[in-house]
Amino acid sequence: MPPEASTPHRDQGTPHRGTGTRQRANEISNSITMDYTIFILLLPFLSFLLLGVFGKWFSHKAAGLIGTAVLLAVAAMSYYTAYEYFFMTPRTAEGALPALMPYNYTWLPFFVQGLSFDMGILLDPISVMMLIVISTVSLMVHIYSFGYMHGERGFQRYYAFLSLFTMSMLGLVVATNIFQMYMFWELVGVSSYLLIGFYYTSPAAIAASKKAFIVTRFADMFFLVGILIYGYYCHSFGFDFNQAGFALGASMLPVALFLMFIGGAGKSAMFPLHIWLPDAMEGPTPVSALIHAATMVVAGVFQIARLFPLWIAYAPSTLHIVAWVGAFTAFYAAAVACCQSDIKRVLAFSTISQIAFMMVSLGVCTEYTTGHEHVGSLGYMASMFHLFTHAMFKALLFLGAGCIIHAVHSNEMSAMGGLRKYMPITNITFFIACLAISGIPPFSGFFSKDEILTAAFAYSPAMGWVMTAIAAMTAFYMFRLYYGIFWGTENKELHAKHTPHEAPLTMTFPLMFLAVVTCVAGFIPFGHFVSADSRIYDIHLDPHVACTSIIIAVASIFLATYMYMGERQPKADALAEKFGRLHRWAYKRFYLDEVYQYVTHRIIFAHISKPIAWFDRHIVDGFFDFLAWGTNALSFRIRGLQSGSVQQYAFVFLLGTLILLAVMAFA
Amino acid sequence: MMFAGVFGFLTRRSTLAILLSVELMLNATDLNFAVFNRMLHPEGYEGYFFSLFSIAISAAESAIAIAIMINIYRMKKHIQADGLEEMKW
Amino acid sequence: MLLGLWLASNVKGVRAVMVAGSTALLALSVYLTYIFLADRAAGVEGEMLYTASFDWFAPLHIKYSVGVDGISVAMLLLSSVIVFTGTFASWQLKPLTKEYFLWFTLLSLGVFGFFISVDMFAMFMFYEIALIPMYLLIGVWGSGRKEYAAMKLTLMLMGGSAFLMCGIFGIFYGAGGQTMNIVEIANHTGGAHAIPFAQQCLWFPLTFIGFGVLGALFPFHTWSPDGHASAPTAVSMLHAGVLMKLGGYGCFRIAMYLMPEAANELGWIFLILTGISVVYGAFSACVQTDLKYINAYSSVSHCGLVLFAILMLNETSCTGAVLQMLSHGLMTALFFALIGMIYGRTHTRDIRELDGLMRIMPFLSCGYIIAGLANLGLPGFSGFIAEMTIFVGSFQNADTFHRVLTIAACTSIVITAVYILRVVGKILYGTCKNEHHLQLTDATWDERFSVICLILAVAALGMAPLWVSNMISTGVEPIVNHIHAATVTVSSCNPFL
Repeated sequence: MPPEASTPHRDQGTPHRGTGTRQRANEISNSITMDYTIFILLLPFLSFLLLGVFGKWFSHKAAGLIGTAVLLAVAAMSYYTAYEYFFMTPRTAEGALPALMPYNYTWLPFFVQGLSFDMGILLDPISVMMLIVISTVSLMVHIYSFGYMHGERGFQRYYAFLSLFTMSMLGLVVATNIFQMYMFWELVGVSSYLLIGFYYTSPAAIAASKKAFIVTRFADMFFLVGILIYGYYCHSFGFDFNQAGFALGASMLPVALFLMFIGGAGKSAMFPLHIWLPDAMEGPTPVSALIHAATMVVAGVFQIARLFPLWIAYAPSTLHIVAWVGAFTAFYAAAVACCQSDIKRVLAFSTISQIAFMMVSLGVCTEYTTGHEHVGSLGYMASMFHLFTHAMFKALLFLGAGCIIHAVHSNEMSAMGGLRKYMPITNITFFIACLAISGIPPFSGFFSKDEILTAAFAYSPAMGWVMTAIAAMTAFYMFRLYYGIFWGTENKELHAKHTPHEAPLTMTFPLMFLAVVTCVAGFIPFGHFVSADSRIYDIHLDPHVACTSIIIAVASIFLATYMYMGERQPKADALAEKFGRLHRWAYKRFYLDEVYQYVTHRIIFAHISKPIAWFDRHIVDGFFDFLAWGTNALSFRIRGLQSGSVQQYAFVFLLGTLILLAVMAFA
Repeated sequence: MMFAGVFGFLTRRSTLAILLSVELMLNATDLNFAVFNRMLHPEGYEGYFFSLFSIAISAAESAIAIAIMINIYRMKKHIQADGLEEMKW
Repeated sequence: MLLGLWLASNVKGVRAVMVAGSTALLALSVYLTYIFLADRAAGVEGEMLYTASFDWFAPLHIKYSVGVDGISVAMLLLSSVIVFTGTFASWQLKPLTKEYFLWFTLLSLGVFGFFISVDMFAMFMFYEIALIPMYLLIGVWGSGRKEYAAMKLTLMLMGGSAFLMCGIFGIFYGAGGQTMNIVEIANHTGGAHAIPFAQQCLWFPLTFIGFGVLGALFPFHTWSPDGHASAPTAVSMLHAGVLMKLGGYGCFRIAMYLMPEAANELGWIFLILTGISVVYGAFSACVQTDLKYINAYSSVSHCGLVLFAILMLNETSCTGAVLQMLSHGLMTALFFALIGMIYGRTHTRDIRELDGLMRIMPFLSCGYIIAGLANLGLPGFSGFIAEMTIFVGSFQNADTFHRVLTIAACTSIVITAVYILRVVGKILYGTCKNEHHLQLTDATWDERFSVICLILAVAALGMAPLWVSNMISTGVEPIVNHIHAATVTVSSCNPFL
């Protein structure tokens, strides 16, 4: 760190652009300033304030338009940033994309060498990629909500929260240091809380929002401790990993990184901190699409990617723990997803499983620098690629599910079936997304998932086969879902009462847009833009892995078709019957929620809080009350001495005088 | 005479008798002042003066005391010392 | 300088005067902050600015000397904001309005006097001035078991001040009996060894406990839940918002500053106590059913954090402690104001009887959610920056003992989230089942005004912390440096080291 950044900043926040934390960045940022990027953050914030404070004086339409217009501007700026960053910015001598820092201010000084809380904007391949993802999905969700939330009470509030969320998520990805990341990390947690609890009159939504917040908050505590350790040993909160501080702190870095991973695991719903995500589906469906499928839940993945050089350099073995946690989560979530009947829950578990794929992909990396021939950091690129494609097709799935729920007014699969006649557009787009997530070419999911499998095989065949098996399960449960909704038995009774109909254009347009993205995104030469060392990395399909995964996916789809396509589902019911206990366990998510419930209510509330409160009221307070009572009682006791009888006083007085005289005489 | 006064003060129940005992004690002191002055410092007069002052003060004091007693008697119809405990706490 | 005007407004305890007085006070404080910052920026050195002093009681060297540094400016600003909003919050107080405001004013006089005093004795006197009106305010205008609460509060705080008195005279004679002026004592005989070490070890605990009682130090905090629960709204605000800060301020200014060696030697005992306060208060708050009790325990936890940070003995954590005082003062005042307003309508504070208030009183409910989120450390509000500064600062201590305690204190942020969300979910969300409550109205203009002012203050501090943080650190720096200069050794009696 240059001296001006390390001394305590008394100078009222003079901007020191780039703070010199990245020397290369400094030189290049002179030529391309990217000053406008600040508006990517400011606009949604202003829109949040406007809608949040003055929202009730706006009509629904005006509020929605303001929110959407702002997001349109943000998306446009993000695209332009991406264009400028990826295509106009000169690469460094090694062929890497530079990291730019258009803004970096000291926001809160910590008066310690090298440590301060800065706020700024950091543009590098992953943050720019995330900008595109967030602004695209958010824009789609804004448009979609116009139709979905039509006429809802609190429409303005809804848009205000969406803006807040978008702002915080964007702030998270462009953070220049780990503390800024933490700050926005908390903000996305809060906006997620507010949005899950949007229907605040429903007890389920209240419980879900509370649970989501507390579980992630619990994880964030580890994140914070990780940050503290990181800051103390490395003398920096920044992301410039070439500094000497990191080598000094090498001994403690694995601990710090692992603690931060726990924080990430909370946000990204890794086992065993995943319990909040399925419940979070109580929020409005577009919110699930935006926050709980596409953007916020990948924050944990993003965090690891952000600190990736450190992981690889100082904590490779810890990184493999991440991989195995991810693999287990992926398996667990896929197994549960096979048995759920609420369509949003199926999608939620599928999200957990897919995010776990990304985690695995990061976790199997073994080397930082990539040559063209070896695959040590292929996983990094694959993970980011999957993050990108998954955000698109999972948002599509959720928005599609939203259309369906909008049409039948229920989340349960039993209320659906045979909807393909009524909702052709939803049907087709949903089908495309299902193919993508199952890994069928040429849809985007195939390419990214294939890279992940390749990386997993390169790490160890065991991991590779485990992940392939989970990919097969993915295909199976997605098509179970698809057939359950659009084919299968029609719930005639319900549909007679209320005929399902296709959603309005505001809702179908985002579906179509995302479907198109899903179709073409696979052909983006992703490695050219995002790779572990920002250099160009060519993607090669490994034919063995690709063939295996396609064959397995197709087989699973056929299996699902065989079991669930018909009007009746004898095979499936028979299987459920046969493995009754297993089915019930999976349906109940292996009773993990009950375990948590038990721990929080029975142990923490009943056995920690209650006794403490009792102790406080009865022992501590009792002690002081006892003091007061004791003083009082004592004075009652000794007041008998004051009898009121003059003669007694005189007698005592005389006696005292005599005793005193005696003492004086003999002493 | 002094100890007759002390004894009377401690044992009599009537406030009037207690007052008389107080007077006895005061008189005893006065006498002592006068006698000790005569015996020890015949050339001085301080003891005599002091007993004169004391007599004057005891006269005033007994006037106040009797006034209080009359008031007590009006309220309580008796002046027994052990019956006067209302103001003890 | 502030006192004169404040006393003038004392004469007629009517609303207009009250508003005029508190507005003038607020304006003066803002102006003071402004000129203070300007002077510091212009390079005016010296620990205390705008000092004034005159003899009061010469034989004991008691002087009435005043002056401000960064910390006291911040605290004055806090107090004036709270007095200002408290005036509006008690706008509709009915019986004995004049007397109420009279005592309220006297209370704030004590608080202001305390923060500007540089003389230990004057400080002590203002401390007492702030205590006595509390008894009457709670006893007369309170609710619930008000006599009990008022008596308990007064007795416990008086007990604390007895300790304090011993401590102060101990310091006075220990330092040679020449002066009561804090700065002079600190810089006495070349700075380091003003008071013999053995004496410090005696007076430090006395002083620290004396102030700690007011700062809700475990196990001397039990006056706080009862007192807060019974006090009228504005008094709760002022009490939790400002009066409890007297404790932290006093601990730092007198106990730590004047007896650095003892602080270093014995700090660990108090560090453990405050660590207990932090976690224990939070856990207790989880199961309370009275809104004010929840908030009172939350105050125990947050004020515990203040003392905790002070004892961590470095510039960052001490700055964080002052930030936390500011932030907690504003947040908790906001909380108590809102609770008072809700109570004024529903006539109950039992969370089991309240639900679905969001539909009925949207403004108050939104305010409550904002207060709650600020309290649990939402970025953008003041709680976040204060807690982060404290945690980062505390973690800079190189030994395991301090580190482990820091991590333990970190757990409080989770527990805070639990109890805040529990209340929010219970009373605001859901549907209201009580028909009587459905008739209730939302906030009136004076209530809105005071809530908005407080929210703005909390948000302003949270969004732009740089200037206030720098201002505080100018005050903290000399004190911390002084402590560090005096102590180079590691505590010898701490078994955890």
